[in-house]
Amino acid sequence: MTPIIQAEHLYLDYKLNDQWVNALHDVSLIINPLEIHGLVGESGSGKSTLALALMNYLAPNARISKGSVLFDGTDLGTQSPRDMRGIWGRLISLVPQDSLAALNPSQRVGDQIAEVTHLHEGLSVKAARVQAIEMLRRVKIANPEGTAKRYPHELSGGMQQRVTIAMALSTRPRLLILDEPTTALDVTTQAVIIDLFRELIHDNQAAALYVSHNLGLVAQLCDRVTVLYGGEVMASAPVADIFQRPIHPYTISLLASLPRLTEGTETRLPTIEGTAPSLTGRPRGCVFASRCPVALPLCHEQKPPLEQIEGERWVKCHRWREMDSGELMIDTAPKADVSAAPPHASYVLTAEDMRKAFGKPSLLDRLTMRQPKVVRAVDGVSLRLLERSTLGLVGESGSGKTTLARLIVGLETADSGTMELLHVHLPNKLDQRTPELLRGLQMIFQNPNDTLNPYQTVGAQIARTLKRLGDRSLSREQIKARVVELLQAVRLPADYANRYSSELSGGEKQRVAIARAFSTHPALVLADEPTSSLDVSVQSVILNLLKDLRTQQGASYLLISHDLNVVSYLADWIAVMYLGEVVEEGPPAVVYTAPSHPYTEALVSAIPTPDPTAQDKRIRLEGDLPVELPTGCRFHTRCPRKIGAICETDVPPYREAGAGHMIRCHIPVDELARLQQSLPETT
Amino acid sequence: MLRYLVRRILLLMVTLLITSAFIFALTQVIPGDVPRLILGRDAPPQAVEDLRERLGLNQPVPQQYINWLMGFVTGDWGTSFTGGSAPIRPLVMERLGNSMRLALLTLIISVPISIALGVIAGLFENTWIDSLISILTLSVVGLPEFVTGLILINVFALGFGWLPASATAPSTASVGDWLRQLILPALSASFVLMAYVVRMTRAGIIDELKKPYVRTAILKGVPQRQVITRHVLRNALLPTITVIAVSFGWLIGGLVVIENVFSFPGLGRLMTNAVERKDIPLMQAVVMVTIFFFAIANLAADLLYALLNPRIRLE
Repeated sequence: MTPIIQAEHLYLDYKLNDQWVNALHDVSLIINPLEIHGLVGESGSGKSTLALALMNYLAPNARISKGSVLFDGTDLGTQSPRDMRGIWGRLISLVPQDSLAALNPSQRVGDQIAEVTHLHEGLSVKAARVQAIEMLRRVKIANPEGTAKRYPHELSGGMQQRVTIAMALSTRPRLLILDEPTTALDVTTQAVIIDLFRELIHDNQAAALYVSHNLGLVAQLCDRVTVLYGGEVMASAPVADIFQRPIHPYTISLLASLPRLTEGTETRLPTIEGTAPSLTGRPRGCVFASRCPVALPLCHEQKPPLEQIEGERWVKCHRWREMDSGELMIDTAPKADVSAAPPHASYVLTAEDMRKAFGKPSLLDRLTMRQPKVVRAVDGVSLRLLERSTLGLVGESGSGKTTLARLIVGLETADSGTMELLHVHLPNKLDQRTPELLRGLQMIFQNPNDTLNPYQTVGAQIARTLKRLGDRSLSREQIKARVVELLQAVRLPADYANRYSSELSGGEKQRVAIARAFSTHPALVLADEPTSSLDVSVQSVILNLLKDLRTQQGASYLLISHDLNVVSYLADWIAVMYLGEVVEEGPPAVVYTAPSHPYTEALVSAIPTPDPTAQDKRIRLEGDLPVELPTGCRFHTRCPRKIGAICETDVPPYREAGAGHMIRCHIPVDELARLQQSLPETT
Repeated sequence: MLRYLVRRILLLMVTLLITSAFIFALTQVIPGDVPRLILGRDAPPQAVEDLRERLGLNQPVPQQYINWLMGFVTGDWGTSFTGGSAPIRPLVMERLGNSMRLALLTLIISVPISIALGVIAGLFENTWIDSLISILTLSVVGLPEFVTGLILINVFALGFGWLPASATAPSTASVGDWLRQLILPALSASFVLMAYVVRMTRAGIIDELKKPYVRTAILKGVPQRQVITRHVLRNALLPTITVIAVSFGWLIGGLVVIENVFSFPGLGRLMTNAVERKDIPLMQAVVMVTIFFFAIANLAADLLYALLNPRIRLE
């Protein structure tokens, strides 16, 4: 059987500042017909570069210096640009990352799909358009005729992704390259899209390369997995082997560093110390040796070969035999968190009936008789947060969780509602807050690249916060000392104070942002998706750090995340938001297990588990967040457990389902428990 | 869409109202007593007072403003102080017609050339072709209009004698004559416009080529030329088109220097004449018309942008 893709000892270089740096190093990879092949790696591992190189698509500043890629037996390197145009889109298709950016913003999506068959199958423009509508139907778009006439920005993220899939599949390609196709989507949408991939790839008799940093997704979807690190293949094996008996130290550590729902808050995550190697300084020995917990002197001296071992497994490690036989073990058991302290009994924050609507008419609107559309982003939310505890806020994008955080911290002014910080009235308007209150509330944002000033040193930025918000009487030396102290608290060397953010890695930048947030001894820190822009191995380090700082600095957190695993690792209390309302709250262990609100149930069920044997969970949320606020229960338009007309007409009661555990649903609590019992356990 | 248009037109009226008040206020502070300016220094005081009465200048200033504005709106733009009390409206309208012809020809000459140059420069970013185009356009914009205008006159009118040096043919002249005398001033204005349009187009192309959808098109197997014509151009030209639309306002009322160099009877020259002679009603009328066209050009730019860019929805 000829493999669809056979890459042999591939070396790829980029030209940076007039110097060739090596990005892919001796990469070999085989994709067999009908196989879904997962390509896993962290940012900078070269996974997207490799995916595009397999299509023989190189950036203008890239070259393949050694090795070859065979597609169905043909060496792609020998093909002319004209030949490649006959292969791209016809035999090999790409489902790109970030589908909104990957679609032409000023062309109707139907025409963008039609272009492919018009080009490759010689269909007339009209016939190609009909074909495009058929493709939209196949990717399960409800109104394919209407959707074909839309522009990309008029569609939701999930719909845009379906359009790119329809485009890629319209010529029945032999190979699909899926480049992080669900990264920008909500978990609920992601679960639906993954089901669709599985079905369509199978129907099309195609092979696929699925590039992802999400180990859970890969475990659920792929047949074989290749793990890339620093531009080199670390391991490649059938999916069960990778996840259940990993033999490469990197794979083992990576899997261990994932937070899991059941772990709870009393443990610490195992981490991978150090940072990924830079392209310019490829080490002489094993590329992972500097971060490897079991590296020998040999590992730093000599590169291990990529060896094939029984069971179609490949591994690149000097010590794989010891790992395989069980002689050598890497301790990956979560450690008990000795520093953990229970929350105090008094509240750090109370918020009552918070409301915020966007789109109120401005003066100009009134002058010109315009009726703006009103979006009720936060609609009557009450929260209580104990001192030294963490409240996790979860929900899809558009649920209002970020707006709620911005109301509390004062970046948006609430329309109504009352708040107290440490029993002191917290005005909704930022300019009415005392310096004391401003110091007491700090925020950590999602993307540290955007929140750090690239033209100021790290030290200057932290010092500025100290000067603006802190004690005005601090002397220059005292401020300097405090900056060093804060950097040490987030485990950064003191000399980082003189660096600019462009010299730091993503994880280091987020640490600086955390240090800045803690500079004023805040009582409450609001963290909005603090790890979602970070790699898995960095995420565990940051999560542990946040846990330590909570104890050391005596702070509380309001943690916003779409990742329920992350939330469960830190939070003592969870609130689930949907369309501006809290639909369920309680301790994580209780919220995540039955009985729970059908929306929470769907969120939990959508989490991809990094275990290929895990039973596929049944609950899928179809459709997108409604644009108009539904009557009755806000969730009824998508609810898989809707019981009837009452859901559409009556606002559901907020019922107690246990100690402090509240559920907003018409279905009685014990009935919910009975319905949800048949559900497989979550890991 | 209709609602948006109504909204914008209302806004436009508010803009014009505010600027009209501003213009009126400005003309009030210009030194000199108007009736005496008209009648001359030696006129008898009684005649001066009679004229003041007739012009309504003895009324309170707000009343004068309202009278002027109402007259302007209803088409009574008054009479010029100079030039034998000629009515202002036909004069301004004639000059406006001339200016529009010049503006149109300028756009016809400059837009296709500069967009083509910009696209080429963008596609060949950082090659010698790009550098050549950049150097050429920048060196042309560096020269003031009166320099390029004089060079054009010296070469094509005085040197070769192909074209007239000044544009003073009567409006009854044939289309051919009109074109001949419009070419040199239009070229001169084109030079100013070209550099901006080339730079905008080039930047637009370079920006768009970096976007992921271009890679999507290439990996669909779309031939390179079609990637540019079908996908890149429309998105890349959006900002350029707005710049061109806005520049129309400038071409109507802002070509003071070029019109003077070529003695072209356009609005810009009318304005300088009015200022020189302290002909206040004429000044007011010309400024109002100019501002009107600036505002219209802006509105047209926004509408055009929305029309070409599906991401903008007019509500």
